[in-house]
Amino acid sequence: MLEIRGLTATVSDKEILRGIDLIVKPGEVHAVMGPNGSGKSTLAQVLAGHPAYEVTGGTVTYDGQNLLEMDAEVRAQRGVFLAFQYPVEIPGVSNAYFLRAAYNEVRKAQGQEEIDPLSFADLMDEKMALVEMDHSMLTRSVNAGFSGGEKKRNEILQMAVLEPRLAILDETDSGLDIDALRIVANGVNSLKKPTNATIVVTHYQRLLNYIVPDYVHVLAGGRIVRSGGKELALELEAKGYDWLTGDAA
Amino acid sequence: MIESYLRNFEDFSANGGMFAPKSMRALRLSAITRFEQLGFPTTRNEDWHFTSVSPIVEGQFAAVAVPVAAVGTIDVSAWSFGADCHTLVFVNGVYNAALSASATLPDGVRVLPMRDAFDAMPTLVEDHLGKIASFDAHSFTALNTAFIEHGAVVHVPAGVELVRPIHLLYLGNSAAANRVVQPRNLIVVGTHAKATIIESYAGIGDGTYFTNTVTEVSLGEGATLTHLKLQRESVNAFHVGTLDARQARDSHFFSFSFATGAALSRTNTYTELRGEGCGATLNGLYLGNRDQVIDHQTRIEHVEPNCYSRELYKGILDGAAHGVFNGKVYVHPEAQKTDGKQTNNTLLLSERAQIDTKPQLEIFADDVKCTHGATVGRLDETSLFYMKSRGINARMARELLTYAFAADVLETIEQVDVREGLEAATLVRYTEH
Ligand SMILES: Nc1ncnc2c1ncn2[C@@H]1O[C@H](COP(=O)(O)OP(=O)(O)OP(=O)(O)O)[C@@H](O)[C@H]1O
Ligand SMILES: [Mg+2]
Repeated sequence: MLEIRGLTATVSDKEILRGIDLIVKPGEVHAVMGPNGSGKSTLAQVLAGHPAYEVTGGTVTYDGQNLLEMDAEVRAQRGVFLAFQYPVEIPGVSNAYFLRAAYNEVRKAQGQEEIDPLSFADLMDEKMALVEMDHSMLTRSVNAGFSGGEKKRNEILQMAVLEPRLAILDETDSGLDIDALRIVANGVNSLKKPTNATIVVTHYQRLLNYIVPDYVHVLAGGRIVRSGGKELALELEAKGYDWLTGDAA
Repeated sequence: MIESYLRNFEDFSANGGMFAPKSMRALRLSAITRFEQLGFPTTRNEDWHFTSVSPIVEGQFAAVAVPVAAVGTIDVSAWSFGADCHTLVFVNGVYNAALSASATLPDGVRVLPMRDAFDAMPTLVEDHLGKIASFDAHSFTALNTAFIEHGAVVHVPAGVELVRPIHLLYLGNSAAANRVVQPRNLIVVGTHAKATIIESYAGIGDGTYFTNTVTEVSLGEGATLTHLKLQRESVNAFHVGTLDARQARDSHFFSFSFATGAALSRTNTYTELRGEGCGATLNGLYLGNRDQVIDHQTRIEHVEPNCYSRELYKGILDGAAHGVFNGKVYVHPEAQKTDGKQTNNTLLLSERAQIDTKPQLEIFADDVKCTHGATVGRLDETSLFYMKSRGINARMARELLTYAFAADVLETIEQVDVREGLEAATLVRYTEH
């Protein structure tokens, strides 16, 4: 469903991605690991369509179409979802309003009718229960004044509501205590379908105990320097990245 | 040109416009004399540095009232808030009983057009009118004072709590074209009394007229007043409005200025905290586009110790709109323990929109806490991207963020009907294309 070939990208004229190749098929879970500053978030943002990142080469095909030509909102409407490493605060826009607006936009793009407020309330009940979030969070402004953990949970709530086909989770586990981690992982797992795929960016093996990857990739210096099965994550946990980044430099 | 106003004043005096007691005649005469001396302000005047009133000066607006008969039926619902307001409607400056709607008011509360007020409560009017809004240095106030004839007087006696808002609604339609309309209002809130007053100015159609309005406010000891001024004049109109308040000990004054209409507007909101334990909150929201000029000046005089003042003015400017905010805070030597905070935030939606913001704090007491801050910004790209990444299209994302910028200041309006009305007006403004 996703095919990345030779992808290079710059930000502020600085080359960050230096040739990424990655193929993700429906039903798969891919973990992307790697040292700080190696370009993991950049890859995630490029896939989501952030305008600050300039793609300078390569191709990205999503469901047979050129993903790079689509505006960010079109990507989202077609099922691409990025859980941000640093979720954005939007004072003045309530979480409920935001979620409903997003949900309706995605539905409209898929040729469905807008949801009525009552059915939406039911949907919210179901999804909030999934991430064990309190209803009071709905009336608050999007992420404004949320704790780090609450923000991450809110990302998963949005994901649960939008039901993306390709979810990219950028360090959703950072800053979560062990209970929150389990809740978030359960949320992600329960949304898993044979037609969906997930890319999990993480520094920690512990998340991968809950969200078990089919493949693990190591990103260093803007390239994928090693790919393997889930055992690669354990190896990284034990040995760090030095043994891999040495030959990448 | 001031000459046409001077000529109009002759007619006004000759034709019985100068009704009411002798003291009022004297007041009007001294005001026209002062106006003649001052003339209209130029940009050399520090208080008018960023705003040129030459379109008003050159506009040659006649100070002649439009007869009520020329009005016909008007649907006032578009400018009303809920059914429970006690509303006085003025069309082109003149009180219109047929359009007004009275609610049952508590005993002793009076809401009367100026002429009736002179008959019904002459002492109260004489004691306050012209005593609060000084025209010595304000030529627009001098001009308004010279032509005192129309407007409203509100008296809420001691201890009375008014639950329903009073709405003074000034409508301008095409019959006001090329005229000046000069409403004069007086609001007296007695000891421990409480009231909410909405003062709105709205244009029906796109007439070119000039509103020059002055409202004087007196708050007794422990009194509470919420004053909401809504300026939604015709796109071609000119509006200069001054609200001047005096606060006695332990009184609380909340003022909100919502300014979105007129080609050029200037809104002055002044208050003097003349007793200990007072609080003043002056908030506002200005929405400009095309080549509108929207100017606000606030002045808070801390005269006595242990008072606080809060100011939050926000603006959204599009097109080639020009916003001005000048916030003056004077802390007199005796006003120790003054706690003042002033904030002005403006969102610029286009390259050509501009804001001049000028905080002006003059502090003569040493034990005070006074802060001010101003920001000018554009829509946050990261927030826009975040919304788009959830499927929200670019236009809707902009609209939501624009609206969200104004949301917190609108939330300070406690009256639900008014708040929701203004929220809707703000939202509509940024969602209609
Ligand atoms: N907007 C930007 N402007 C300038 N440099 C940027 C910008 N965004 C990212 N970078 C730089 O690009 C490089 C890669 O950053 P990126 O956020 O992709 O790393 P990462 O692998 O996600 O790191 P971490 O593990 O710390 O999250 C870093 O050197 C970073 O400083
Ligand atoms: Mg990162």
